[in-house]
Amino acid sequence: MPVPAATASAATASAPAVGGSAPPPGESMRDRFVRVASDLLDTDDRTAVVLAVITAAAFEEAARRHPDRVIDVGIREQLLIGAGAGLALAGMRPVVHTFASFLVERPFEQLKLDLQHQDVGAVLVSANASYDWPQGGFTHMAPGDVALLDTLDGWGVHVPGHPDEAELLLRRAVAGEGREYVRLSEQSNRAALPVADGRLLPLREGGPTAPVVVAVGPMLDPTAEAVAGLDVTLLYAATVRPFDAVGLRAAVGARPTADVVLVEPYLAGTSTARVAEALSGTPHRTLALGVPRAELRRYGTREEHARAHGLDAAGLRGRIAAFAGAARD
Amino acid sequence: MTATAHDTAPTAPPGAADPPFGYDDLPALMARMTGADKHAPAADSLTDALWVLHQDVLRLDPARPDAEDRDRFLLSRGHGPMSYYAVLAARGFLDPAVLDGFGTFDSPLGHHPDRTLVPGVEISSGSLGHGLPIGVGTALGLRARGLAEQRVWVMVGDAELDEGSNHEALEFAGAYGLDSLHLVVVDNSSATWGDSRSRAERITAAGWSLAEADGRDHADLRRAYTLPHPGRPHAVLARVEPKHAR
Repeated sequence: MPVPAATASAATASAPAVGGSAPPPGESMRDRFVRVASDLLDTDDRTAVVLAVITAAAFEEAARRHPDRVIDVGIREQLLIGAGAGLALAGMRPVVHTFASFLVERPFEQLKLDLQHQDVGAVLVSANASYDWPQGGFTHMAPGDVALLDTLDGWGVHVPGHPDEAELLLRRAVAGEGREYVRLSEQSNRAALPVADGRLLPLREGGPTAPVVVAVGPMLDPTAEAVAGLDVTLLYAATVRPFDAVGLRAAVGARPTADVVLVEPYLAGTSTARVAEALSGTPHRTLALGVPRAELRRYGTREEHARAHGLDAAGLRGRIAAFAGAARD
Repeated sequence: MTATAHDTAPTAPPGAADPPFGYDDLPALMARMTGADKHAPAADSLTDALWVLHQDVLRLDPARPDAEDRDRFLLSRGHGPMSYYAVLAARGFLDPAVLDGFGTFDSPLGHHPDRTLVPGVEISSGSLGHGLPIGVGTALGLRARGLAEQRVWVMVGDAELDEGSNHEALEFAGAYGLDSLHLVVVDNSSATWGDSRSRAERITAAGWSLAEADGRDHADLRRAYTLPHPGRPHAVLARVEPKHAR
């Protein structure tokens, strides 16, 4: 089925633009979130948006129209999650948003108890998770967010790679009842892909012994560039929890042994255990690429951080080629 | 923020028409959980505050524990829930026979309550400082859904108020004028720093209406619970005997 990522048509994946208008050029996932959530506030009176100052200015117009359903609790992140849980208990569908550090890490016990233990649903929408804002430093980075959520039960985790994917995944998440985490990024692929079914999307099929590379969300473009000309099977994931074990096994196919490469935009190795579970019947090796645990303690640009983490195309290519080469020795 | 729905006492008789047990049955009901011969009310600081709230204030129907138009009672201080379970049994939410298995593998009744296991329990609690923020959201949600007559009551212990999450909720609810929200602080002087006066001052400074009451005097509790508080959330500081002799 080879479909080069760079030429996949955005039209196949695009959710209907809000209000029928085309997205403004250069619109970020976070901008799109504001438009989609504002539209949902207008069209579904079960929707409530809960904020802790971050992005509140962009919701001012929606708040004027729906003062009871757009709530900025101030810089109070324990209350942010607790109030979201209370809204859900009262029959609302809360959409809860701030930076990932303050949405997942700071009020983690509230995620565990106020949402999971109460057995209520919510849609958490984060921004600036990994190194979207390098000049902000480590206080404003949360590369461990998905790994933390992995200690909890029953969360859907979505890592869109394009604003159109973000819109689709947001709308689906809000329409449901469950606990969903939508991880928005300032980093985006050139084109949106059809990610509605939550499955691994095969983009390129390599030879019978080729490594299976899984690129997550905004890591797709650098990964596709990195593996150009290499014999690999390339899969794309915008929903990582639940992890599509069936899709991974299908990509591995009849291989007696498998080599798997994970390229994740958050903490390296976050999905290694999921790969191991999916391939428990197949001897396999895994190369897990992502953001390292060690603090970089540098500011600068996203490009500089990607390079420092080995997550730019050149860094990825070197490590994936070495892994693939070792597989043949 | 102004609203008038919550500034007076309820007019309809609350609770079930004919609850199976009365206040005097609580010691025997509690004893079914602990194996003790009987319990004096002082065995639990919450007993009287809970009883008066259930009997005279909360509009609940044990036949319809999930009715949309019910008031919400959130026990935030979830540890030592024997008197809570006893009150739920007395008011008809629980079969008293269930009390005998308290804390056992097959029982729905643990040492911290689980809302998914016990009818009438609105939140699963145990870790301190979660009830009031959840109560804020519940009050906001009921308001957004147009359920303007429904009130939210949260009960905490005085030591529990040390958790900073409460202060996020207190400040917000006071400034927002969330007048469907009510807080009962059962004060048995168990907090490690600060005192009853500092707690009361923080609550009023956050813009709440505050009434103090003798936490063992049913008429006084009833008075404090039903004071009008137009446009402001309402707190009741219910004092009981100190947990530790001073």
